[in-house]
Amino acid sequence: MLPLPVFDYHRPRTLAEAVALLATLGDRARVLAGGTDLLPNMKHGLVEPDHLVSIGRIEELRGLALAPATASAPERLVVGAGVRLGELADSLLARRVAPALAEAAASVGGPHHRAMGTLGGNVCLDTRCRYYNQTHFWRKALGYCLKKDGTACHVVKGGQNCVAAASNDTAPALVALGADLEILGAAGARTVAARDFYTADGLRNTVLAPGEIVVRVALPVAVRRRSAFEKLRRRGAIDFPLLSVAAVVDRDEAGAIARVDVVVSALGARPRRLRAAQDVAPGSDPAVVIASVAAAARRECKPLTNLDEDAEWRRDMVPVVVKRALVRALAQG
Amino acid sequence: MAASDDTRVRPAPREPAGANEGSGLVGRRGRALIAPRVTGQVRYTDDLALPRMLFGRLVRCPHPHARIVGIDATRALARPGVVAVITGKDLPERFGIIPWTPDEYPLALDRARFVGDAVAAVCATDERAAHEAADLVDVEYEILPAATDLDGAIARPEVGLGRAGTDNVSKEVALAFGDVDGLLAASDVVVEGEIHYEGSAHAPIETHCALAQLDKNGLLTVWSTTQVPHYLHRELSRVLRLPPTRIRVVQPPIGGAFGGKSEPFSLEFCAAKLAMVTGRPVKFLYTREEEFYAHRGRHPMRIRMKVGAMADGTLTAVDAETAIDGGAYSSFGLVTSYYSGQLLTLPAFAQAYRFKSTRYFTNKPPCGPKRGHGSVQPRFAFETALDKLAVALGLDPIDLRRRNLVPPDSTTLNGLRVTSNGIAQCLDAVESASGWAERRGKLGVGRGLGVASSAYISGTNYAIYPNDMPQSAVQLKVDRSGVVTVFSGQSEIGQGCDAMLAVIVADELGLDLGSVRVVSGDTDLAPVDLGAYSSRGTFMNGNAALSAAREVRHKLVAAVAEKLGVTPREVLVTRGALCVAADPARGVPVTEAIALAEAKFGTLGAVGFYNTPKLGADYRGGTIGASPAYSFTAHVAEVAVDLETGKVDVVRVWAAHDCGKALCPTAVEGQIAGSVYMGAAEALFEEHVIGKDGLHLGPNLLDYRIPTTLDVPDIVPLIVESDDPEGPRGAKEAGEGPLHPSIPAIANAIFDAVGVRIDRLPFSPSRVLAALRAAARARPAAE
Repeated sequence: MLPLPVFDYHRPRTLAEAVALLATLGDRARVLAGGTDLLPNMKHGLVEPDHLVSIGRIEELRGLALAPATASAPERLVVGAGVRLGELADSLLARRVAPALAEAAASVGGPHHRAMGTLGGNVCLDTRCRYYNQTHFWRKALGYCLKKDGTACHVVKGGQNCVAAASNDTAPALVALGADLEILGAAGARTVAARDFYTADGLRNTVLAPGEIVVRVALPVAVRRRSAFEKLRRRGAIDFPLLSVAAVVDRDEAGAIARVDVVVSALGARPRRLRAAQDVAPGSDPAVVIASVAAAARRECKPLTNLDEDAEWRRDMVPVVVKRALVRALAQG
Repeated sequence: MAASDDTRVRPAPREPAGANEGSGLVGRRGRALIAPRVTGQVRYTDDLALPRMLFGRLVRCPHPHARIVGIDATRALARPGVVAVITGKDLPERFGIIPWTPDEYPLALDRARFVGDAVAAVCATDERAAHEAADLVDVEYEILPAATDLDGAIARPEVGLGRAGTDNVSKEVALAFGDVDGLLAASDVVVEGEIHYEGSAHAPIETHCALAQLDKNGLLTVWSTTQVPHYLHRELSRVLRLPPTRIRVVQPPIGGAFGGKSEPFSLEFCAAKLAMVTGRPVKFLYTREEEFYAHRGRHPMRIRMKVGAMADGTLTAVDAETAIDGGAYSSFGLVTSYYSGQLLTLPAFAQAYRFKSTRYFTNKPPCGPKRGHGSVQPRFAFETALDKLAVALGLDPIDLRRRNLVPPDSTTLNGLRVTSNGIAQCLDAVESASGWAERRGKLGVGRGLGVASSAYISGTNYAIYPNDMPQSAVQLKVDRSGVVTVFSGQSEIGQGCDAMLAVIVADELGLDLGSVRVVSGDTDLAPVDLGAYSSRGTFMNGNAALSAAREVRHKLVAAVAEKLGVTPREVLVTRGALCVAADPARGVPVTEAIALAEAKFGTLGAVGFYNTPKLGADYRGGTIGASPAYSFTAHVAEVAVDLETGKVDVVRVWAAHDCGKALCPTAVEGQIAGSVYMGAAEALFEEHVIGKDGLHLGPNLLDYRIPTTLDVPDIVPLIVESDDPEGPRGAKEAGEGPLHPSIPAIANAIFDAVGVRIDRLPFSPSRVLAALRAAARARPAAE
């Protein structure tokens, strides 16, 4: 099998210890959570850290609970970054108050990946591309690519910006649900909205600074909020998304549509919030909303050849998957 | 075809019905002998470790076609831990599984012919050092023009991959039987189509692995994940230029093969050579990526086929032209080329047939045999053509097949001898189990049923190298404790041949399964068997075991008869005891019977062997496809098509298979389920694609998608027993035949569901959706 390269392994017990360690080691270190993505990437020579800092033993990263409303914030669902995707998927609480997130977690990989992989790891997942996620031999035969060791993009000929795809299923759900990410680094703690966390740069698609760790995720809970997640993939499990869509619908007290948010991902490096969904006027007819947002989604989203399925078909699937997510989000009582 | 008077012919003697002796294990359900495998106790090749063992790694060419200008291993040898590097010059001997087409070197000598072709091998004290050192071997290449697909190979003969270097042709076969043109011209309906199959891989969970050790007596032992230890033994001897007496091949338990391990590979030669060079054991384990380069998967094929019929459904003639993409080397290509035509004439066929198959070399990983070798692709072309004919003639597709069945005890158009034949019962079984008559056409939009049928060989009548010796043999050792050991040259690759032998031998001797050991896959311990390919195991090895067991049984019976003072005819073998048939209270335990026989006859043991009767028609290629028995299969598939996405869900498959006699029904059902799984996988997901630049599109199990448990249809296996006159206890093959109808049954079900024909595999959502849209566009214009 492909051997792992040599690295030093660290296992801090506390968050403070971990952050200090990361500050000392600088860019020679990578954070290891579940390892389901990082370790294969290391075997492929995509990342070559001298140090791995395992955060698996840090109690402060665990926990999944409701935080009561405060003067400045509404009631929130708070999920530690170290919570396993399987725990999140199975959580009755998450499934009740943030179904799009629980469904997204449930759709990552297979049972083994979810047993190891964490929410934080998925949030920080490296972008993916058919020309990037290959062995060193294969990439060498190709002539390498913009994202690693090369200068040419094989997706956009002549392109200077990496368009590797955001492939984390939880990202569109967190963006659509208005989540905040709590981040800790040597310089201190900060909070970044999920919708501001991702950038359009496929080389590195988050605003996370070197040495920073995502500590937990907090998302506002609302009584009349409904959400759903849909993933386009060829197989029933294991596949990364060919498209992923999270839809969130808020109703008013009379049951009419108050607000809609739809986020599509697995396009380029950044999950895309559909303008058409944000523009939905309160009180709109659900059937009209579904049809118009789905049609607009096709215009707003342009799947690339960065993933290994026919890009035209993926483009045709955008309105279908958006519709299916919206139908489910609107159907819930 | 008349039975031969050839004295080598040794089908196991048919004992008279009513003798009814044995322990009653044949036909009984059970999970014989597989507990160590399913609980993780078996040790695979990569689990083996020897003291001072080195780890090997191949250096592979990154270009689709290149001349090797020079190889400089200086940097690699300077890396700490690296012990040796070898190149093609160290093993300058061609090999190939077919003796007439040896065209591979363990390491390419002058020219590398595909991305991934091996050009050098390194070994080092640990796996990581070996991998890193392989990257440090500097190879200078001169890049040559390449043909990376069929069109390129056909249009650009100057690439020169063929033997003479003037074209890219690997093998041409053209055969004709009867007046094809006349019958097609006189037909009431002729359907014509072209199908495309892009190729698929075996994707065994266990990748190739080999470990070699040269001991201080000069004996070279090679442990390998091979399914043909005997052929590997011969080729190692030839390529290494060592006498076979100095080589032993051991085949540990295998984690999946499916035909992908049925010839020698670079790693076995390189492990052996490096073990000889270094004096230390050397192990190679292919990565998942290398598994795709070693390949030998199902050939890409483009088949143009015309099939004619009369208004009453009688098939008239079949005309087929096939272009086969063989990849870089010959492998089994000669056989593939014949199989692409020869195996189509059963179970339902026409009165005239012509086929022309041309295998081309391309700069791609070499193709070879995969479960249903050479015949799965033409089966797709033919069975979908039958479906089109049924529609055109307004006939039920099952009835159309029934009208054209080749009967039992007959000879096919191309001269194949047919004996037992249960296809009619197979069709009845799937028709009834699937509710075909009541449900078809009434399932609503997007849901449909499709049928297909097929036949397959139970071994072939020729060895891969011409010889007059037995094709299969066992030795039986009988211990006075009551343990019987079967030494068999067959390769247990997960298909259950060890259990098959145990059932046959235990049943003959009145033993339970726990008393029979099977030692297989070791050229030092077991007599020669040609290997696990062509679905030959049960028929040939089973017959060999039966004949050895009967020899021992006759001795047990004779000794017991003497002891009890009765004639041997009066003795009945039962489970655990031999007794007087008319007075079962009088008897002796089987262990005592063994002791009596050993006292009477001396140490007990027997050899058993099998050779096919002389088969095949009297024309060039007329023996290829000739088998002592054919299995028959019919499938009905039920699909649900998502009209918005084009996604096809194979909901359920009813698969009826005539295996002659199910010696171990659980194992037969397992083979049916595995075949249906693999067929559905090829129908819906698997596509082995090499890009224009010669690069594999994704040599890993994320990009090359095999179905997960969530994607597997419900499988309803239905066993049909036609009791073959020459099979062991009536048995025929079950390992490959049940795959064949999968793809066309699903294709036909898609047509039934949504009215479109997809002629390119796999039936991916994008292709299905495109076909649905094209049909929708065409519809208003047609009206």
